[in-house]
Amino acid sequence: MKAFIVTSLVAFLVYLILTAGSGNLWLWSYEELLFGLMTASLIGYLSRRIFVKGNYRMLNPKRWILAIAYFIGPFFIAMARANLDVAYRVITGRIRPGIVRISPNLKTDLGITMLANSITLTPGTLSVDVDDQTNDLYVHWINVKEPALKKKPRDYRYVCGTFPDWVRRIAE
Amino acid sequence: MIEILVYAFLIIGLTFNLLASIALLRFPDVYTRLHGGTKCTTFGSIFLCGSVIIYNLREWLLTSSPSPLIMSIHTFIALVAILITNPTGAHAIARAAHRSGIMPARAVVDDLKKDREGER
Repeated sequence: MKAFIVTSLVAFLVYLILTAGSGNLWLWSYEELLFGLMTASLIGYLSRRIFVKGNYRMLNPKRWILAIAYFIGPFFIAMARANLDVAYRVITGRIRPGIVRISPNLKTDLGITMLANSITLTPGTLSVDVDDQTNDLYVHWINVKEPALKKKPRDYRYVCGTFPDWVRRIAE
Repeated sequence: MIEILVYAFLIIGLTFNLLASIALLRFPDVYTRLHGGTKCTTFGSIFLCGSVIIYNLREWLLTSSPSPLIMSIHTFIALVAILITNPTGAHAIARAAHRSGIMPARAVVDDLKKDREGER
């Protein structure tokens, strides 16, 4: 029941955002609200087991504030730097590629997905594969730094900075 | 004033999208090309969508008719969709390429290849 309510609410919110500005009831028209409520309940019923996996830790608003802070702050800065870096490599053609394995020690699917997407969008790195048992990531790195190759397992700080710590605070 | 900002965002976005297409031509293999194709296009799209959002928000404030607001909200949702799907697609392509035996060109290290051979 709780899973159904949470899923329906999220679906209804997305519907509200998509239909904002359709009428006079503040921003929405009466028909849109009614139809949105019906659709959201149907979607909530059908996909409650896919959307909610066991626990409700993402309902905590602190995690959402942290997530927004992460996307505006460190993530966006790293992304801007990554783009300047890739732009430099596009123009000069100076690359030193390789695939390294890192162990960020994340446990949940959501966390590893978030980290993999962050890695793909930031400093010269692209996640290639994931080890299902240990949640280790294989990362293609456009400019491999020498100190990172010395020991195994590799230190993830060279590859993605403090991202795993942020993701751990947000999603686990 | 806001028009200058909109133009600046458009120029930045177009420059990065142009760099992405140059990257496709210059880089040697599929992985490095994906670097250009994912990073530069997402960054370019952020600025292009940002210029659309700013322009329409100003229109909304000036005219207070709802359609520019709808435009900005939908552009924002499109931007979020790009930010989620672009890295996922790149990851799928890179994984498929490595599984079908395309090794990174000029690689100095390849942990994934070693682990694969260890499994066999």
